[in-house]
Amino acid sequence: MASSSFATITSELLVGFGENCLLFAMTLLMAIPLGLIITFGSMSKFKPLSWLTKVFVWIIRGTPLMLQLFVVMYLPGILLNIPMRNRMLAAVIAFVINYACYFSEIYRGGIESISRGQYEAGQVLGMTRTETFLKVVLLQVVKRIVPPMSNEIITLVKDTSLARVIAVAEILMCAERYAGVGVIWPLFYTGAFFLIFNGVLSLLFGYIEKKLNYFRS
Amino acid sequence: MALLEVRNICKNFGKAKVLKGISFSQEEGTVLSIIGSSGSGKTTLLRCITGLETADAGYISVGERVLFDSSSKVKLSKEEKRENQLTTGLVFQSFNLFPQYNVLDNVLLAPKLDLQKKLKKNKATSEERKSAFDALNKEAVSVIESVGLGDKLSSYPCELSGGQQQRVAIARALMLSPKILCFDEPTSALDPQITVEVLKVIANLAKQGRTMIIVTHEMGFAKEVSDRVIYMDNGFILEEGSPKELFDNPKTESLRAFLSSMLKI
Repeated sequence: MASSSFATITSELLVGFGENCLLFAMTLLMAIPLGLIITFGSMSKFKPLSWLTKVFVWIIRGTPLMLQLFVVMYLPGILLNIPMRNRMLAAVIAFVINYACYFSEIYRGGIESISRGQYEAGQVLGMTRTETFLKVVLLQVVKRIVPPMSNEIITLVKDTSLARVIAVAEILMCAERYAGVGVIWPLFYTGAFFLIFNGVLSLLFGYIEKKLNYFRS
Repeated sequence: MALLEVRNICKNFGKAKVLKGISFSQEEGTVLSIIGSSGSGKTTLLRCITGLETADAGYISVGERVLFDSSSKVKLSKEEKRENQLTTGLVFQSFNLFPQYNVLDNVLLAPKLDLQKKLKKNKATSEERKSAFDALNKEAVSVIESVGLGDKLSSYPCELSGGQQQRVAIARALMLSPKILCFDEPTSALDPQITVEVLKVIANLAKQGRTMIIVTHEMGFAKEVSDRVIYMDNGFILEEGSPKELFDNPKTESLRAFLSSMLKI
């Protein structure tokens, strides 16, 4: 922390923000498919499975993400004597599980909002249930869940800074180090990184919504 | 011999008995209309015939093919189930077009998926594939032209009027050449003016000798286009006969009351 010039601090914060981006990308990559699996679990006709999945989603959505980070980070060491060595890994696990549960509820809402008539039309045309889901229903679901998903994904970007509670050296943690030695402004400066990142994401979601605007369902 | 044979079909939804032993038969190349007030079981009967509902008891066959037999325990293979399904076609009250596909693709989607599977199974060469898809494409275009929408091939359902959407739905059903084409109140969701264009298409199909079952509230149309009419009430067939017999000479008080209530509207 010898120099506190704007350029040095920017590059230092960028390194921290790299951790946020890594956590964001890994979470998105894994939570999107895992969410779909959880959706199928909670929509299953096999009652014990659907019941179990719903209890799981209730627990994950009903407790703070911060607490879940602590659990993933420290519980393996306490209970099984296998200390978690990789902080980023712990953060990724907690985030993926947490966000997959939120995504799964968005997916479920989307799937259940598609009229039965679409499935019936597929059936009388001799299509299998899988064909009807993949070729007919899926894109309509995607169109419907883009707005709520963009909301969740933007929240995810900001939530990544929670990872500092288990000492992942993300951007806010970097800025806090400066604050500790009396340089306060980098703390506020971090907001710009999030704003720009989310600005780009909003443009992207806007583009996807526009692309899917050619049909109404 | 009759093409469609329906014997003693019963269907309950929970405690509600919707169909209480329905039997009738239909000759090939004829049009059968089913009339009756809401809740009489017409739509449920049609859904049992088209396989969207499974009856609780009874027997349904089309030609040699048994679609449903509650006394048989034979397990059908996937392919047999599919063939049974495609024996009948259904046009829905609410069209149920696929919104993300244009008119041509709505009509092509199901036959294309089937063709893909067949070509894969027969290990077709790319040339064979191309000519097969071209032929299918041509067929779809001519079916769409036959319902008067040749200029709308690349329109999406949301760009079409209700009547046009319903005609696309008819083309989509025709494309799979069902032995019996069923209509579930095909014009109930349409404006009176637009109703005419759909009824014309159906009347045209009748002229071509297509076997059809039409559940409808359009009494004038039913009288004109049908060879036989069935009147349902409370899960039973109350009257059955030629349109002339039923409309001009109703035997039951129930049908008389139904017809006069329809005329008042």
